Amino acid sequence: MKQKFPILKNFKIFAIISALLCITGLVSLLALPFGMNLFNFDIDFAGGTQMEFQMHDVELNADTLNEIQALVEEATGVKPNAPQAIGDSKDQVMIRSTSLTSEQRQAVSDAMNEKYGLTEDDLLSSEDVGKTVGNDLKKAALVSAVIAVILMLVYITIRFEFTSGLAAVVCLVHDLLVMLTVYVIFQIPFNQNFIAAALTILGYSINASIIVFDRIRENLHTARKETFEEVAERSVWQTMGRTINTTLTTLFTIGMIFILGVSSLRDFTLPLLIGILSGAYSSIFLASSLWGFFRKKFRKHA
Amino acid sequence: MKKSIISFIAVMLIILFMTTAAVTGLTIPGGFVSPVNMSAEDAASAKVLIPSIHDATNGIRRGLDLVGGSSITFEAQLPEGYDMGNLSDDMATAQGLLRARLTAEGYTEANVSLQGEKRLLVEIPNIKNPEDAVQMLGATAKLTFMDITGKEWLTGSDVKKATAVYGKPTEGAIADEWYIALEFNSAATQKFYEATSAISQMEQGQNLLAIVLDDEVISAPGVAQAINSETCSISGSFTEDSARELANLINVGQLPFSLSQVELRAVGPQLGADALKTSVYAAAIGIALVCIFMILVYRLPGFVACIALGFYCALELLVLGWLKVNLSLPGIAGIILSIGMAVDANVVIFERIKEELRMGKTVKSAIDSGFKRAFTAIFDSNVTTLIAAGVLYFLGTGTIVGFATTLGLGVILSMFTALTITHFLLNRMVDFKIRNPKVYGA
Repeated sequence: MKQKFPILKNFKIFAIISALLCITGLVSLLALPFGMNLFNFDIDFAGGTQMEFQMHDVELNADTLNEIQALVEEATGVKPNAPQAIGDSKDQVMIRSTSLTSEQRQAVSDAMNEKYGLTEDDLLSSEDVGKTVGNDLKKAALVSAVIAVILMLVYITIRFEFTSGLAAVVCLVHDLLVMLTVYVIFQIPFNQNFIAAALTILGYSINASIIVFDRIRENLHTARKETFEEVAERSVWQTMGRTINTTLTTLFTIGMIFILGVSSLRDFTLPLLIGILSGAYSSIFLASSLWGFFRKKFRKHA
Repeated sequence: MKKSIISFIAVMLIILFMTTAAVTGLTIPGGFVSPVNMSAEDAASAKVLIPSIHDATNGIRRGLDLVGGSSITFEAQLPEGYDMGNLSDDMATAQGLLRARLTAEGYTEANVSLQGEKRLLVEIPNIKNPEDAVQMLGATAKLTFMDITGKEWLTGSDVKKATAVYGKPTEGAIADEWYIALEFNSAATQKFYEATSAISQMEQGQNLLAIVLDDEVISAPGVAQAINSETCSISGSFTEDSARELANLINVGQLPFSLSQVELRAVGPQLGADALKTSVYAAAIGIALVCIFMILVYRLPGFVACIALGFYCALELLVLGWLKVNLSLPGIAGIILSIGMAVDANVVIFERIKEELRMGKTVKSAIDSGFKRAFTAIFDSNVTTLIAAGVLYFLGTGTIVGFATTLGLGVILSMFTALTITHFLLNRMVDFKIRNPKVYGA
């Protein structure tokens, strides 16, 4: 693709756009240790019980939802969160509360069946995660993300150089923060699937940065008079076609699951879509500028 | 030229064969039929060479989130001062207990596995009321020793230890065999003596000491004479496995901890079926879109990439079936994602070929240097994705592992496909004298 506008020279503009996209995610993340939770933590991490029923012809308005809440409280002695109408035609209800015992969950099912004429088949799903399991999952998530990033940094340092690895990792952190922002703004249930989505983006977005870096590495071999910035600029535009087309093909398949898939898959694919877009953005507009920046820093200190 | 045509046709036939086999399965005898579609007699004697995608027994298994079912995690509630040295033995006993209970309830397809040190994961497909299972499995075990009239002589707490042993069960025995050495608490020796003397008086065939777990008789050895000893042995054509299983169950009475359910994930059959259907739908439309896009943007190479994509999909399904992967919902997402990414290697190569063509190279040398120069980029970028998939595979739990498997497999297979099939087919195109750069997107 021909150069349409300078990318490395306009780094500040792109960096400001990125900062705006990241800030919500970053703030929400930093607020966590201070007891402020802006995320919609799913029972995976928070612990708790979540049950979903198919309600058929029962109209799920504010009254019935309140009725269901009262019903659950009566059956278990535990007041659940406000039940939500879910599903494409809003004919399913989701009940979430702190972790219930098996007997309590049984009581909920029985009460629902009796009151609304449901059968065993109408219990669409029932999940319960104890507090310790939730904590274990959180720990595993953090550990796996850190290990993955370190391994990638090591690999890139071996194949390229440390400064490019650093640039790629900054892009990764950027992409993850953008995903977190989306989670906070759209209040997507934050669960195990986020870990899978985040690590996929980790692999995928660094993939795009590496294609660009690979071209810079190749062009640097033959370049004599050009500065690093000029070589990088040229390389970004040379790989532009690939970056855009690959992003598009991946968006086609993932986008289809998002449009057609069941709700649990949709929650999983939305962050993937965002991550893929953000990954393309960061590898085009940020990656090579950052590499140039770290190279300069590195040389000054050396 | 002749050689090119023959090899081209051969490769196309292989792709056709693989695709057909992946869909219908390949069974001997029977040909392209899966045992699913055979009569019961034929299916019993059939040897499955390639499992069909519809064959959940011999091929890709379907996760509980696709067929409906419950996965329940129990955690041992260790009492204070518990000797951690016994943990692995005790967990084996608990595992045996859960298995026996599942079998007794008719859940023969259920699976019990150890998770970490003190958790047991129970997976039960096609179960409608998960709470019944949670309560049944989590209940305190009741082990009793009864005679044939139902009189209770001893309980599980009277047992000191049961061990599976290989050797001579009695002093007079001739051959070595597997038996269970049963040891009672010294306080229970008298009770055991009374039991055995009473039972041994009974008629032949009635003189049984039934070992009953919950309400299920797990073993009923005959008693020939009164035993006045802390130890005794139960023998009779045990295999190593069956001896260990019974010993584990008898030890249930000594289990120093209870099992409490810490995680439950139950999915109804309807939700699972919907999930599978819509995902397959999404995959089909996604692949169609990718193909249209590739042909529009890259023309002939794009078309070649579509053939390669077909090969890739068939290969992925075959390998998943061969590995008997347990496919979950995120696993399907991993496959669909990897289809999108499978095209990536092709895109990198084709973009490179376009560039080389613009520099005035011939089609033949543009293809050669396109592949050569794109290789490092494809390799490095795929390794990083593999790192992510690997970390997920080893550190992830539950459905995440399925996702990591399909993603990692997809990355490896797509790289292989792009570097072999696409390359091969493009070279044949050149051999067929299709050498106008315009056809290659320049």
